[in-house]
Amino acid sequence: MNSFYRSFLGGRSGTVGLVVLSLLLLVVLPLSIDAFRLNMMGKYLSLAFVAIALVMCWGYGGIMSLGQGLFWGLGGYCMAAFLKLEAAANIAKEAGTDQIQALTTVGIPDFMDWNQITELPWFWYPFKSFPLTLALMIVIPTVIAYIVGVAMFKRRVGGVYFAIITQALCWAMEILFVTRQGWTGGINGITDLRTLLGWDIRTPDAQMTIYFLTCIGIIGCILFGRWLLNTKFGRLLLAVRDMEDRVRFSGYDVANIKTMVFCIAAAMSSIGGAFFVLNVGFMSPKLVTIEPSIYMVIFCAVGGRMSLIGAVYGTLIVSFGRTFFSEEFPALWYFLMGSVFILVTMVFPEGLAGAVNRFGPPLWNKIARLWRKKPPAAPAEEVKP
Amino acid sequence: MSITTTSTPRTGMLSRVLRSIAATCAVIGSAAAMEDGWANPVLDKFPTATVNTTGLATGDHWVTVGQLHSVTGTMAISETGSVEAERLAIKQINDMGGVLGRKIKIVQEDGASDWPTFAEKAKKLLIKDKVGTVFGCWTSASRKAVLPIFEKENGMLYYPTFYEGLEASKNVIYTGQEATQQILWGLDWAHKEKGAKTFFLIGSDYIWPRTSNKIARIHIEKKLQGCKVVGEEYYPLGHTNFNSLINKVKLAKPDVIYSVVVGGSNVAWYKQLKAAGITGASLEKDKRLLLTISTTEDEVRGIGGENVEGFFACMKYFQSLPNENNIKFVAAFNEMYKDKYSGKASIGDVTQAAYLGPWLWKATVEKAGSFDISKISAASGGIEYKEAPEGYVRIHDKNNHLWSKARLGKMRLDGQFDVIAESPELIEPNPYPEGYK
Amino acid sequence: MTAKITLILLLAGLGYSWEEIKGIAIMQGFAGLNLFAIFLLMALGLSVIFGQMKVINMAHGEFMTMGAYTTVLLSWLCETHAPGLLTWYFPVAMVAAFFVAGAVGFLTEWAIIRHLYKRPLDTLLATWGLSMIFQEAFRQIAGARETSATMPEWLMGSFQPFEGVDIPINGVFLLSACLVLTGLVVANLYYTRTGLRVRATVLNRDMAGAVGINTTMTDRMTFALGCGIAGVAGCAFTTVGSISPSAGGLYIVDTFMVVVFGGAGSIVGTILAAFGIAQAQSVLEFFLSGVLAKVFVLGAVVVILMIRPQGLIASKIRK
Repeated sequence: MNSFYRSFLGGRSGTVGLVVLSLLLLVVLPLSIDAFRLNMMGKYLSLAFVAIALVMCWGYGGIMSLGQGLFWGLGGYCMAAFLKLEAAANIAKEAGTDQIQALTTVGIPDFMDWNQITELPWFWYPFKSFPLTLALMIVIPTVIAYIVGVAMFKRRVGGVYFAIITQALCWAMEILFVTRQGWTGGINGITDLRTLLGWDIRTPDAQMTIYFLTCIGIIGCILFGRWLLNTKFGRLLLAVRDMEDRVRFSGYDVANIKTMVFCIAAAMSSIGGAFFVLNVGFMSPKLVTIEPSIYMVIFCAVGGRMSLIGAVYGTLIVSFGRTFFSEEFPALWYFLMGSVFILVTMVFPEGLAGAVNRFGPPLWNKIARLWRKKPPAAPAEEVKP
Repeated sequence: MSITTTSTPRTGMLSRVLRSIAATCAVIGSAAAMEDGWANPVLDKFPTATVNTTGLATGDHWVTVGQLHSVTGTMAISETGSVEAERLAIKQINDMGGVLGRKIKIVQEDGASDWPTFAEKAKKLLIKDKVGTVFGCWTSASRKAVLPIFEKENGMLYYPTFYEGLEASKNVIYTGQEATQQILWGLDWAHKEKGAKTFFLIGSDYIWPRTSNKIARIHIEKKLQGCKVVGEEYYPLGHTNFNSLINKVKLAKPDVIYSVVVGGSNVAWYKQLKAAGITGASLEKDKRLLLTISTTEDEVRGIGGENVEGFFACMKYFQSLPNENNIKFVAAFNEMYKDKYSGKASIGDVTQAAYLGPWLWKATVEKAGSFDISKISAASGGIEYKEAPEGYVRIHDKNNHLWSKARLGKMRLDGQFDVIAESPELIEPNPYPEGYK
Repeated sequence: MTAKITLILLLAGLGYSWEEIKGIAIMQGFAGLNLFAIFLLMALGLSVIFGQMKVINMAHGEFMTMGAYTTVLLSWLCETHAPGLLTWYFPVAMVAAFFVAGAVGFLTEWAIIRHLYKRPLDTLLATWGLSMIFQEAFRQIAGARETSATMPEWLMGSFQPFEGVDIPINGVFLLSACLVLTGLVVANLYYTRTGLRVRATVLNRDMAGAVGINTTMTDRMTFALGCGIAGVAGCAFTTVGSISPSAGGLYIVDTFMVVVFGGAGSIVGTILAAFGIAQAQSVLEFFLSGVLAKVFVLGAVVVILMIRPQGLIASKIRK
């Protein structure tokens, strides 16, 4: 029990942080905001998976991936493919609507029909089964990450080069997904997703359930991350980041360690993508491009690149800020966001979490001291000096 | 909350912020004034309890509608015209006394050229703001992103862009042309009037150009005697190097270069064509032509008339149409935005189609005698609008698209088009064309 | 070269006349050179900044856009105030673009970059923020619409060296601008005292400082130089494309690919990479489609980088 406390929850301050976050996500937010905003929160939270993955991969491992959107997108597309096939199968049952009369081949996704594809491509077949979809959702990104990781890290490619190559990969995938529109829905993406195993995901109740599932997923990821970073592997990872050569000379295979964390980050991002699809109801290649990938790094940087919990707050604050400002002052948003990036990197390289750690405890002590000093009837004391 | 429309060139940041705050206050203020100052003359005939049975944000004196376009991001360039045209129509309707005696209030949201944002804002407009209808979207992708939401929450969307078809929702009125309306007649014209036999199809890489070219190819190969397609090429959106493509076109020597290039690529494409010696005049000398369905007055402004002079476009509307409705419309548009364009606004096909939206909605509401979405949806078929700048239009009984004419324009140096041909009859919209699959 | 021979043979097989094949081969070859010029112009400034200073300048595209807008502004000024100057304003615009972008680059280095030399990955985040600010500033000042500069007559159209071959004049201009600029940069880096200082600072900052080189100023000038080159590139691009506030973002990934592929720190590598990628893309575009050409080229570059991570020409600096 004690080891669980220490390794999963991260000791006292870690537990407090996690409890506060869980309370906020599971109790405060659902009670205080309406269903529409809550659904938006769910959407943001699905991005937080990537931010958490980046904390492990970039903050602890020193590997900056600018193409994390690639893995996130793969997860999203897997889930969307499953939901789309289900929607296509259901449409076949709702006879008589105009849409069906218009289709030449009923039972395959509508965008395939529009592109004169009359038979489901072979690689779509696995997505007819839900367990297989879930498995592929993890396997595909992990395998790709493994190939990229082995190829790069074995040759000691790192830092800036790695960042730019992942960016190019992300771009290549976007172009491919856009251009093979008969297979992927092209630039429109995969839209009009309705049910998951017969459960209508568009109703308010379902949206609420999905929100809670997303929260649980996030908390699970944080716990997993805490545990992993507390193992020997986690300590090695830190060592690799700070002094790669020394770890290598001590007899460890640095490339394996890096590949491993990159694969884990890929799988975690992919889960986030799947949750996004459930929250939003469609998937589009616009979400897989370079810009969202950089945003994900920003979430992580704002929250604090060394803090798993901070990453979640970073994601929520930046995303919510984006929505809020785009509703009120669309122009101001870009200036503000740009300044935040510059400020965070220059003044708070440790992000929000760093600021809290630096200013939090003294502030807390001060408040605690004042509290202890002052009895409830305080005004009398103030007159004295 | 309302946002003022798009940025005005050459104004400071601070003044914009201040202005948007002022505008927000003004809208809130005027809404309050409307309730107090504006008396609905037909309230007895259309009491709120009967015209609004589904809890829309509609009171005794006003009705709320939504506007959902990209005001920021890459698509802002294209969607600005639509935002402005819809606002003009709404202002004119309000000046005439509103709809069922109720004046229209606009809730504007920014889609930010981002499809998930479109979906999010569509949900907000329908669920939180409970708007009576939405005028909005521009790209197919944004429409596809919001469509399930409109169907699920039962909202109404007036969509202005010419697009690929393959869709007919009871929750959407398509005020632009679907693919067959824009393509078939233009190809026939090129074949009959210009004797064209060979066609080279070029497009940006996404669903609208691909579907359009597919329809064009089938029409050329099956319906036009002795014609063939000698090439079909796609380039990514935003691509700016067309020299290899131009060489291919030169090698193939098609009678018609059929262009469905969109957005920022347009400028590079036409500039490089001109640099490679392919101009309207040089093509005409060889009895060849360039025909586009994607370049309107709006785009030509950015490309520069000197780069496109003598090329042809097939649209349903051109700013230079000489009819009385259009002259009035262009004058009103220039009057409303005189600070921004100083009387020289470029009004393209989509801008005009966006202008039709509020008018068609007004006519439908008046026919249905109700703001309820289901009743509007049911009453839409057969709605006419006689004063449209493009001429008489009517909503199709079954598929919610417009019957409209097709016209051919030849581009001029000043960025306007000479209208040189017009389809004799209104063309029936056919979003699911048989034989074009 | 082999690619071009195959091209000729292939086209001959399709039943085109020899004259046509020759014409197309020349024009296609020129298209490749044109693309090469564009890539090199984009990458040259970044090669200086990223290669020499290891700073990842994500706002590089915005410095190009800045140069382009400077050109638009000058063309507009000429049109409204002195139409007679319209013929010859363009060379002036190039110089102006260099100084405007260079000056902003100078300030950027002072305000932001110099604090981040120890953390190269963080320069990426900060400059990305900067690029957002620039983009919005362009949008506020110049409007969201696409604009283009009025081109002088002599830059438009094409000339025919012989029948059936049209060589675009703006392409020739672009190519010569690119060659001149590259020549100047190489000369500056390898044959002047300033260049010597830059190279010394790159090799060993502390030692350079110890022998009396003002490394702070050298860094600042190098960064400003890189940004200035980007400005000139942006100015040159107005002859072939359009300008919009977000145009810079279109170039940035291509640019980084060229520099990384060539091998950071090597101008020669950048030139070779630009040539290779441009030729590959242009030939593939001709035989395949534009979209697939892009994917193939990106894929090939990534694969080659996996095999040879240091790029085409490895820099000889010890880490």
